[in-house]
Amino acid sequence: MVKWFLKGTGGAQWSWFLTGACVAAATVLSGRQPAYTAYSLEVHKRTVIPAFARKYHLPCSACHTAWPELNPFGQAFKDRGYQLGNDRDSPIFQNNAYIPLALRTTPQFHLESTTKQLVDSTPGTSSCCAEKTLTQTGFDLSGIDFLMLGTLYKNVTFGLVPTLDPDGTAGIETAFVRFDNLGNSPWANVKLGKFELDNLLSEKRIILLSNNGGLYQSYHFIPLNDGTNFGLGDNQIGVELMGHSPNSYTRYSLAALTSTDGEAGIGAGSSYDAAFTLSHALDAGSMGVERFGVYAYVGQRPTVFESDSGVPIPGFSVTRKPFYRVGFTGNFSFGNLELLPFLMHASDDKALTGGTQNAIWNAGLLEAHYFVNPQLAFLGRYEAIRMHQQADPTTTPSDQGNIDAFTIGLRRYVFMFSRAGLAMHGEYSLTKTIGNVPLSGDGNGLPPATAGTAVWSSSLLLALDFAF
Amino acid sequence: MKSNTRLVALLSGLGVLLCAAGANSARAQTSHIGNLTGHAAPGSKLYQRYCVGCHGADGDGAGENAPWIDPKPRDFTLAVFKCRSTPTGTLPTDEDVFNAMTRGFVTTNMPQWLPLTRQNRADLVAYIKSFSPKWKTLKPGTPITIPAEPRLTIESILHGRQLYQKMECWKCHGPKGHADGPSAATLTDNKDLPIRPYDFESGSRFMCGVTNQDLYKIFMTGLDGTPMPSFADNLEPAGAWDLVHFLRTLQPFDTPEAALWKAWLASHAGELKPIGPGGGGGGGGGGGR
Repeated sequence: MVKWFLKGTGGAQWSWFLTGACVAAATVLSGRQPAYTAYSLEVHKRTVIPAFARKYHLPCSACHTAWPELNPFGQAFKDRGYQLGNDRDSPIFQNNAYIPLALRTTPQFHLESTTKQLVDSTPGTSSCCAEKTLTQTGFDLSGIDFLMLGTLYKNVTFGLVPTLDPDGTAGIETAFVRFDNLGNSPWANVKLGKFELDNLLSEKRIILLSNNGGLYQSYHFIPLNDGTNFGLGDNQIGVELMGHSPNSYTRYSLAALTSTDGEAGIGAGSSYDAAFTLSHALDAGSMGVERFGVYAYVGQRPTVFESDSGVPIPGFSVTRKPFYRVGFTGNFSFGNLELLPFLMHASDDKALTGGTQNAIWNAGLLEAHYFVNPQLAFLGRYEAIRMHQQADPTTTPSDQGNIDAFTIGLRRYVFMFSRAGLAMHGEYSLTKTIGNVPLSGDGNGLPPATAGTAVWSSSLLLALDFAF
Repeated sequence: MKSNTRLVALLSGLGVLLCAAGANSARAQTSHIGNLTGHAAPGSKLYQRYCVGCHGADGDGAGENAPWIDPKPRDFTLAVFKCRSTPTGTLPTDEDVFNAMTRGFVTTNMPQWLPLTRQNRADLVAYIKSFSPKWKTLKPGTPITIPAEPRLTIESILHGRQLYQKMECWKCHGPKGHADGPSAATLTDNKDLPIRPYDFESGSRFMCGVTNQDLYKIFMTGLDGTPMPSFADNLEPAGAWDLVHFLRTLQPFDTPEAALWKAWLASHAGELKPIGPGGGGGGGGGGGR
């Protein structure tokens, strides 16, 4: 081999080749991982919600598996009220120029397509009706989140997240004050305001973004003709008692919430919902932290109001009927692979559905994340919803409303450091809904002409997701 | 000529490989925490995720966030650590580094890494050790022996107060422990960076632990890399415990030491000599045990 090598030609090129090969071999032998080598050659590597990164000077990957999803350290940080617990959490220790504000938005190109949409058979006329696949493509914007979260004082946390939709509509996504570590115990923290439920599988930190994949169908599914305004992923208004062990491996939350699905005002009239979560994590050594938990949400919605001349007076309900969502959720790590299972059993009272019996359904999903390194993640999810009992079985096919949703994605963080973040995001999502309007998609919002017919909706998303 | 060029290339390549082998031996560092064995290879991935922003890719404390952090991140290439169970000037045990990482450092940007699994933290310790050759050539010191804490008495506190004066703790920590001693403003660490003494009145946790044993350990091992020396050569164990008891009275907590001290002060405050230049630090007949 050496003799052949010495007899060859092009010595200078071979010299470079051999040196390069040896350097590569040396890199491997030295035990430096690819990400490490890349770090040495490039400049920046990490990303996180930047307001906290700027405050604490931690790399964003300290708190996130891949932002915005939290890792166990980030979960503990959040549970402590966005505090490190280093006696420097109060804003009095911050430079006067520090403002706890981060901005996030996602300029994008996307394609949305939905089958079986009812349209006029001849466009521009009232020649009803034909079913057609409607497709749209184009460059677009997501909304803008103004993420303001932090501490007002040691152990007094606040959250304020105004949002701006692409059409200019403003909203208040989050607004709360939280008193942390009451009695110097991590087991007692009280939050008042509008906030996300303590969902182990957080929809506010969802890592898939397309119109079909950027939500958990299970969180928002309502049977056909069911008017219950509730989404498990929606921020709610109320008070929450939450506690956790020092490492946040064990966590619980109890919340009492106004029955408005997070809408301001007390339109439901002295009606309250209750939410409960409990989870526990195991130290699985080099595999990571394995968490499993249970949750329950029990609520009620008004069905009969006080009236004036037969006109209901909003906010003064006479009769309310219940609904519930209960289930299991988990977060399991196997080295670079993360699996997120979720199961739900749900029921809405027949008075809420206008049927003859309660609507009952089951839902479940499995989301998988494979982190090649902190800057590259492959993503996938399968989700299914199955009706168990229709509210009106005489007129409704048994599978009416069933959903199957598939999503795959890739997320590449162009750079990562502790001031801002930029991710390139590619995603494709496909949803099959039986006889109902897709929960998302191109938003035409029409069920198919024939009950029990499958409607397919697909989303393709190519985006730049940035936060600063 | 061409053959010579290739030979040079081959030799240079082999040289790189040999260097890599050397580097590999450093990277093959392990740690031992109880029954856990940490390995540097997985530790390096964790280091990139959690630590590199402050401590830097080369472990020299020069991460991209370092300019904005005060106090500065630890320089692992020096293998000098504040919180140890071992005598001053020696390497800490793996468990010392593990505990420091788990506990974090209050009033600094170093958080508690308690949410990471024990194996993850052990792997990180192994990787941190790969930054300095000292871990290859030197052994960690032998942990100091901490005798059982004696019964708390007012005599113990008063003797501790005398030691606080005699050992000149007040020069940095101040007569009342407010970190306002005459030397406080001039202190620097081993990198000539300004450093502040601990302010007992702040109520912050001690950097190296929260128990009385931890406090004992702090001044009997010293905080290497800082002006806080070891008093192991100057203090007998009994005296060290007396000092622990007195130091606890300087903190704004409802500790047994503070309760006993307040009760005694209620009727004996006038007997105390002030701490500080020319001060006696004693009084109340509490000069001995």
